[in-house]
Amino acid sequence: MSRNLIIGIALTAIFLVLAAVSFLWTPYDIEALDIPNKLQGPGGANLLGTDHFGRDILSMIMMGARTSIAVALVAVGIGMAIGIPLGLLAAARRGSLLDELIMRGNDLVFAFPSLVIAILITAVFGASAVNAIIAIGIFNIPVFARLTRGAALPLWERDFILAARVCGKSAARISVEHILPNITNLMIVQGTIQFSLGILAEAALSYIGLGAQPPTASWGRMLADAQTLVSIAPHTALVPGFAILLMVLGLNLLGDGLRDWLDPRIRVARV
Amino acid sequence: MIRYALGRLTSLIISLFVASLVIFAVIEVIPGDPAAFMLGVNARPDTIAALRAEMGLDQSVVTRYFDWVTGLLRGDFGQSWTYKTPVADLIADRIWVSLPLAIYALILSTLIAFPAGIYAASRRGGPGDITIMGATQLGVAIPNFWFAMILVLIFAINLRWFSAGGFPGWGDPLQAIKALTLPAIALALPQAAILARVMRSSLLDMLGEDFIRTARAKGLTRRQALWRHAVRNALIPVLTIIGLQFSFLLAGGIIIEQVFFLPGLGRLIFQSISARDLIVVESVVMLLVFTVIVVNFAVDLAYAAVDPRLRART
Amino acid sequence: MSILAINGLSLRIGQTEILHDVNLSMQHGEIVAITGESGSGKSMTALSVMGLLPRGAVAQGQILLDGVDILQTAEPDLCQMRGNAMGMVFQEPMTALNPVQTIGAQVAETILIHEKTTKVEAHQRAAAMLERVGLKVAPTRYPHELSGGQRQRVVIAMAIALRPKLLIADEPTTALDVTTQARILDLLQDLVREFDMGLLLITHDLAVVADVADHIVVMQKGRVVEAAPTAQLLANMQHPYTRALFEASGHAVQLPELGGVGQLLSVRNVVRDYPARRKALLGPRPMVRALDDVSFQMDHGERVGLVGESGCGKSTLTRAILGLEEVQGGDIRLDGEPVFTHHRPNLAVRRRMQVVFQDPYSSFNPRHRVDRLITEPFHLLDDPPQGKARAAAIAKALGDVGLSPGDAGKYIHEFSGGQRQRIAIARALIIEPELIIFDEAVSALDVSVRAQVLDLIADLCRKRPLAYLFISHDLSVVRTVTDRVMVMQAGKIVEQGDTEQVFTNPQHPYTQTLIAAAPKLPELSHAVETV
Repeated sequence: MSRNLIIGIALTAIFLVLAAVSFLWTPYDIEALDIPNKLQGPGGANLLGTDHFGRDILSMIMMGARTSIAVALVAVGIGMAIGIPLGLLAAARRGSLLDELIMRGNDLVFAFPSLVIAILITAVFGASAVNAIIAIGIFNIPVFARLTRGAALPLWERDFILAARVCGKSAARISVEHILPNITNLMIVQGTIQFSLGILAEAALSYIGLGAQPPTASWGRMLADAQTLVSIAPHTALVPGFAILLMVLGLNLLGDGLRDWLDPRIRVARV
Repeated sequence: MIRYALGRLTSLIISLFVASLVIFAVIEVIPGDPAAFMLGVNARPDTIAALRAEMGLDQSVVTRYFDWVTGLLRGDFGQSWTYKTPVADLIADRIWVSLPLAIYALILSTLIAFPAGIYAASRRGGPGDITIMGATQLGVAIPNFWFAMILVLIFAINLRWFSAGGFPGWGDPLQAIKALTLPAIALALPQAAILARVMRSSLLDMLGEDFIRTARAKGLTRRQALWRHAVRNALIPVLTIIGLQFSFLLAGGIIIEQVFFLPGLGRLIFQSISARDLIVVESVVMLLVFTVIVVNFAVDLAYAAVDPRLRART
Repeated sequence: MSILAINGLSLRIGQTEILHDVNLSMQHGEIVAITGESGSGKSMTALSVMGLLPRGAVAQGQILLDGVDILQTAEPDLCQMRGNAMGMVFQEPMTALNPVQTIGAQVAETILIHEKTTKVEAHQRAAAMLERVGLKVAPTRYPHELSGGQRQRVVIAMAIALRPKLLIADEPTTALDVTTQARILDLLQDLVREFDMGLLLITHDLAVVADVADHIVVMQKGRVVEAAPTAQLLANMQHPYTRALFEASGHAVQLPELGGVGQLLSVRNVVRDYPARRKALLGPRPMVRALDDVSFQMDHGERVGLVGESGCGKSTLTRAILGLEEVQGGDIRLDGEPVFTHHRPNLAVRRRMQVVFQDPYSSFNPRHRVDRLITEPFHLLDDPPQGKARAAAIAKALGDVGLSPGDAGKYIHEFSGGQRQRIAIARALIIEPELIIFDEAVSALDVSVRAQVLDLIADLCRKRPLAYLFISHDLSVVRTVTDRVMVMQAGKIVEQGDTEQVFTNPQHPYTQTLIAAAPKLPELSHAVETV
C-alpha cells in the first residue's frame, strides 16, 4: 500500500468516525445557544472554539460531517445507479440511435452544472438537503454514464466478448457477466473522486443557502455564518474550511491510492 | 471540415432547444400556477390575476413556450416582477461582471496549469514534479469560496492590497480588473490544479506513444519531442476539460460573487430566488446554459483545428 | 573497418538480466539480421544501439558506431547522431507517426533538426525522399489517410532522410500483409545498396531472414547462440537452438486421412454490405461490399483453409458463419439448418460450432477462473452438465489439450501465450462441436509454441473426426494443416481447391502473387553431420 492510500484511509476514517459518533454523542448540544460564551477561540473548554451564538464548533463539525457524507454518498449512489446501466446500455448498443440519444442526453445534462440544477430546483421547491442531493446526483449521472461507456467500448472489441457471443449470450448478460467485473475498479476509483466532489458541492450549495437548512448543521452554512466574522474570529472560518479541505484531500488521496493499488492504468475523469 | 462543423452546429441547436424545454418545464409547468407561486400564499386574488395576465398564463403552454423562445431570440427576456424593469436590462448590467470574471479566471487557470503540467510531466518523478503534484492535490481539495475568504482575510483585511469587495464599474478598467483579481484567483487556482493534473497525465500518456519514440529516433531531444509532438496531441483531452471548466467557472463565479459582494448574475439570481421572481430565474438560467453549450461548441471546433482526423470525419 | 561493432554488451533492468555478452559486427552495405523468439533480447539490442534504452536500464560493454562508443556518448551528442548517423524503423506503422502532423513535415523535421537549412528546402528534400521510398501521395497528407504499407514508407523516409550509415529496422514488416511485406523488403534492400549503409534487421521471421540477410545472428534469452554468414549458417547450423528454431518454423504436421462423409457446412451466394462514409454532404451512403457472392461447402471432418490479406473479408465471413452478424443475401447452413432464422441466430446450429481467436491475451475474461472460462459454451446447451459431470467435462477438455485438471482453478494470467491458446481450444472442444473456426489461431505465437499447437490440432483430428476452417495469412501454416484451401480477395473467393494443388499450381493471378510474395524457408540441409 502506498503512502497516499494510508493517508487517504486515515483522513477519511477520521471524518467517518466523527460522523458516526455524532449519532451517539457530541461534546455539546448544537441547538443550545450560549450567547455569553460566543466567539471563544480554540483550546478552551470548547476544543475548537465557539461561533457567534456560542455553539461548540467541534460539535457542529461532527454534525456537519454527517450532512456532508450523507449528501455526497447518496448523490454518488444516484449517479452510479442510473449512470452505470445507461453507460452499459449505450456501449452494448454502440452506434445505434439509442446510444446516440443517451450520449446526447449526457451532453445536455453536462450543460447544467450542479449549481444551476440546484438553482432551478430551489426556485421551485425551496432549499433543502434533499434538493442538494438531487442536484448533485443528477450531475453525477452523465459522469458515470460516459465513463462506463468509454471503458466498456474497448472491452466489447475484445475476443473474450466475441467468444461469449459465440456461446449465445445476450448483450445484457455479457454486460453484467463480462463488462461490469472489468470496470469495477474504475468505478470504485471514480466513485471516490465523485464522493469528494460531492462534499465540495454540498458545501458550496449550503454556503449560498441552496443546501441544508438550519437547524441541520453543515460545513457550508458554518462558513456562510463566519463570513462577516472572519476578521474578528478567524477560527470560525478556518475550522470548517479545513474540515472540508481535509475530508476532500483524504478522499482524493484514497482514490489515487486505490487506483495505484488496483490498477495504475486506470484514468479517472476530473472536471 | 464543413461537414464536421455543420454536424456540431446541428447538435448545438438541438441542445439549446431541449435545454430551453427543460428550463421552461421546471419553471412554468411544474409549479402549476407560477403566478400564485411567485406571489405566495398571502397574495390578493386580483394581484395574482394581474400577474397571470402579464405572464400570459391564460394562454396554452405551447403558445407561452413559443412566445418565450421567440422573445429570447429577439433579446426580449420579459419583465421582472420585483424590479419592474425588463430582465434584459437587469442582465445587461450584471453580465459585465460575471462574464469577465469567468474569462479572467479561465485565462489565469490556463496560464498556471499549462506550464505546471508540462513541467511536471517533463520532470516526472523529480522534486519539481512531486512539489507540483502535492500542490495540485491541495488545490483540488480547497473549496473555492473558502479560499476566497482566506484571500480576503490576507490580502484585503491584513495587507490591504485589495478592497474586500464591491465593484467600481468599468469606467476605470484598471480598477475594475483589480476588483476582479482576488475573485478570479479564488476561482482559478482550484481549477488550475485540476487542469495541471490532466495536462500532466495526458502528456505522460502521449510520451508513451510510439510516435514519440519515432521522434527520438530522428534525433529530437526529450524536450523537443515533448514540445513538438506530445503537447499538441495532449491538448485534445485538455481542451475537453477547459470547455467543461468554463461552465464551472461561470457557476462558481456565482458563488464567489457572494464572497466579494460583486453585483453580478449571482446576486441577481439569489435575490430573484428569495423574491420568487421566476421570470428572472428562468432567463438567467437559460443564459448560463446557453453560454455553456456555446462554449462547448467552440471547443468541438477547436478539436478539429488540433486533430486532422476529426476534420476528415463526418 | 566495420560500421557497427557490439562488444560484450550486457544489459540489466533492475535485477533482471536482459542481455548477456552480446557480440556483433557489421560492414557497409551489409544486411545483418538478428532473430529469435520473444524475450530473446533482439529488440533491446536494437534500442541499445540507438541509445534509446528504457529508464533504469544499465548497459555494459561497447557499442561502436564508426568507432564512437554509444554507451560512452552523452545524451546531447547521441541526439546529434540519431537520425543523422543512424536511423530506425519500428514495427507498428499505424502508431509510429504523429497523427496531427503532415507526413512531409515529419520527414522534413529529421532534416531541420540536424542541418542548418531553410524550411522550404527541407520540405523539398523531404518530398524527394518520400518519392524515393516509393510513396505516391502528396507530402501534405496526414498519417490517417495512408495505409499501413504507405505509413511504413514514411517512417523509412524519415529514418534515411540524411542517409545514415546505419539503419535499424525492428520487425519492419511484421504488421504488414505479405505482398506489402515483399515490397517493403525490396525497398530496404534497394536502399542499402544505393546508400551503401548497414541494415540491422530485427525479425522473428526466419523465412525473411534467410531471404534478405547477408549475416544471421540467432539470439535466445539475451544471448547470441550463433552468428554466421547466411549461406554458411543455413548449410551448417552449429547450435541446437538454431536448428530447433528453423525446424519449428517449417514445422509440418501429419493430418490423418479424411474420415467424414456428407456435407457439413454450405455457404451459398453470401453477400454482406456495410454502409460507408458519405461522399457528399447529403448524398446517399455508399455501401462497401465485404462479402461478394461467396459460396463454398465443407464436408464432415474436412479441414479447410482460408487465406487472404487484411480487409479481404475473412473476418466478416467468420462472423457470418458463427451467426454473429446477419448477411444481406445468400444463405449459410450447417447440416441443412440455417444459421439465422427470422433474423435471430439459431441456437441449435450455434452449439455445433466454436471458434478459437488469434490473441491469447484478449480471448479470456481476466476476472474468471479457467473452469468458468472453458465452460462458457455450456450456455448453449439446454441441459448443461452440473456437479460431477461438469468437473469431468472440464478435466477431459483440459486433458485433451495437454493441461492438467488442476489448472481449472487458476486465473488466465498464470498461463503463457501457448498455454492460453490450448485453453482456448479446450473451450472450443468442451461441447464437442462439429465445426471449429481457427481465426488466425497460431499467428501470435512464437514458432516453437506454434509448432506445438499445430501438433495438438493434428492430434485432436486423430482422436475424433473434426472439421475446421483454418483462417490465416500465413500460407506455410495453412499448407500443412488443411486438406483444401480457399483464397479470398476483396470479398470474393477467387480460387479454391486441394491444398497441395493450389500451392504447387495456382491458377488465379492473385493466388500466384500471394505465393510468390511469401518469403520461403530454405530446405534444411541434413548433411550437417558429414562436414
